[in-house]
Amino acid sequence: MAAPAIKFAKPRTGRVIGDSLLGRTIRIYIPLLVLLVVTLFPFYWMAVTSFKSASELFDFSVSPLWVREPTLDWYRHLFTETNFPRWAFNTAVVATVSTLISLFCSILAGYSLARLRYRGADTIGWGIFVTYLVPPTLLFLPLTFVIRELHLFNNLWALILTYPTFLIPFCTWMLMGFFKGIPRELEEAALVDGATRMQAMLRIAIPLALPGILAAGLFAFTLSWNEFLYALIFMNDSLVKTIPVGVTQELIHGDEFFWGELMAAALLGSVPVAVLYSFFVDYFVAGMTAGAVKG
Amino acid sequence: MGVRARPDTPAVLKRRRVRIFDREAPLGYVLLVPTLVVLGVFLLYPFLFGIWLSITDSELGALGNFIGLGNYRFEWRNTDGVFYTALVNTFLYTGVTTIFKFSLGLAMALLLNQVIPFRRFVRAALLLPYIIPTVLSYEAWRWMFDPTFSVVNWLLVHTHLAAYPGPNWLGVPANAMAALMIVNVWRGTPFYAIAFLAGMQVIPVDLYEAARVDGATRWQQFTNITLPMLRPVLLVVLLLSTILTFADFQGPFVLTNGAPYNSTQLLSIWAYQWGIPGGAIGLGAAISLVLFPLLTIVVAGVLFLLRRPE
Repeated sequence: MAAPAIKFAKPRTGRVIGDSLLGRTIRIYIPLLVLLVVTLFPFYWMAVTSFKSASELFDFSVSPLWVREPTLDWYRHLFTETNFPRWAFNTAVVATVSTLISLFCSILAGYSLARLRYRGADTIGWGIFVTYLVPPTLLFLPLTFVIRELHLFNNLWALILTYPTFLIPFCTWMLMGFFKGIPRELEEAALVDGATRMQAMLRIAIPLALPGILAAGLFAFTLSWNEFLYALIFMNDSLVKTIPVGVTQELIHGDEFFWGELMAAALLGSVPVAVLYSFFVDYFVAGMTAGAVKG
Repeated sequence: MGVRARPDTPAVLKRRRVRIFDREAPLGYVLLVPTLVVLGVFLLYPFLFGIWLSITDSELGALGNFIGLGNYRFEWRNTDGVFYTALVNTFLYTGVTTIFKFSLGLAMALLLNQVIPFRRFVRAALLLPYIIPTVLSYEAWRWMFDPTFSVVNWLLVHTHLAAYPGPNWLGVPANAMAALMIVNVWRGTPFYAIAFLAGMQVIPVDLYEAARVDGATRWQQFTNITLPMLRPVLLVVLLLSTILTFADFQGPFVLTNGAPYNSTQLLSIWAYQWGIPGGAIGLGAAISLVLFPLLTIVVAGVLFLLRRPE
């Protein structure tokens, strides 16, 4: 809350001190600074490490917090000697397609559950919410049989088809909130003018829910970009791995850790999500909190 | 938004075709079909199939025979010597991190709800750990907790917070568990903070103004306005986070994978180790299914709390 400039009643406690610059520094700026440093340090360390040469990496005699002789060797190695470019491509394909599939399903389901009146709508809505209770940890073992039956091991489709199981419930729940926020009258006016229910949905409700759809899509994309467990189990061939799996499984040779290369890969693997996110922070926050605030 | 009239179609035919989807019920069910198909095939079916697997001696790639509650008995008698450790650790891990994420998240939200310079930037930066692929940031933490070249220890030693050489983070059971929790709190707190912040921003300002006129202190405003108004948000966030932490796999898998000596073993990782590298899918399924009743109890509890005000 903004500190009010005008005070009607003189407060009984030390609020005046709390609102002075010193008070605000102690109460707000210092804690905030500490939080920022702790939050961002691992990313800084990731970046610094990725530019260090092999010898500098393990030299703690001088401050390890700076790079003395920056080198791009790790990045070069990553692109020429490993399958990293391929993993990045796989991750992008899987994230994009599974997001589109999830959006398609959850736009329709969200609209149906939020707008149309029919028997069982509430029950199904709750049922979809309850699927949160069945996280991937519970499903991955039986899913190996399903994927085997479908002959999808080492096939990106295995991921594209399984990711929606955790994307659709979230997106549906979120979009229900957005559809409920659109005034019913707009659609009713169209119906009176002779539009069908379908047309009312396609031409009025969905365009108006676009910000929500964008938020859901961004969230779904990030979740699939980050997914690890299914990709770890269904993708064994190096050429079909995603970034999280490839980086953790293949950049470690025996007991030897090539931290420079590992951190370069971690940084590059984070950049797409970070960029996307920095452009759409507000949509992102809207999406993330829709479930929490409206739920 | 114009509706194209089709003068060439007979009026009766046109009306009938349109009518089916004009009634809300058929359209409602039709729109649900894609979602229900995907969730049915890849969620409901595997879930039920998993319950069946847990009462068989199935192995990777080969369906086994019915063995009743053999797998559960195996766990219950702690035959592998690790099940109870994993069970206790799962609760400990979820409980401790949730308390920290909750209180730190609340503090972070209160700070972000102030008028501060670069507010958008600060908010975006603080949310970063939640956005960045977990596995990748956990790799950075693993390097920060390196047994010989830990930058965390370098900082601790140089700020005189710890004696040289500093704690062996991932090699000692208690430290490894602490490390696991620290990183989980680091990653999870932003979600709490942003959700709480969103909840705070819809609290009417009038309430605070009225309280201020009545001379309420900042602390009184927090306990009497902010917390009660935030209650639904607090509970929903708690619910989602508890579920996710309970079933957390990727972070602990990367950071410790149960090491040292199974001391940081969690149910999710233990199920994976039996099921995939160990090949005992039936036993793995039984271990992971132990999570389900526990999760149900937690969720029922939170939902009960959530409903009470009505």
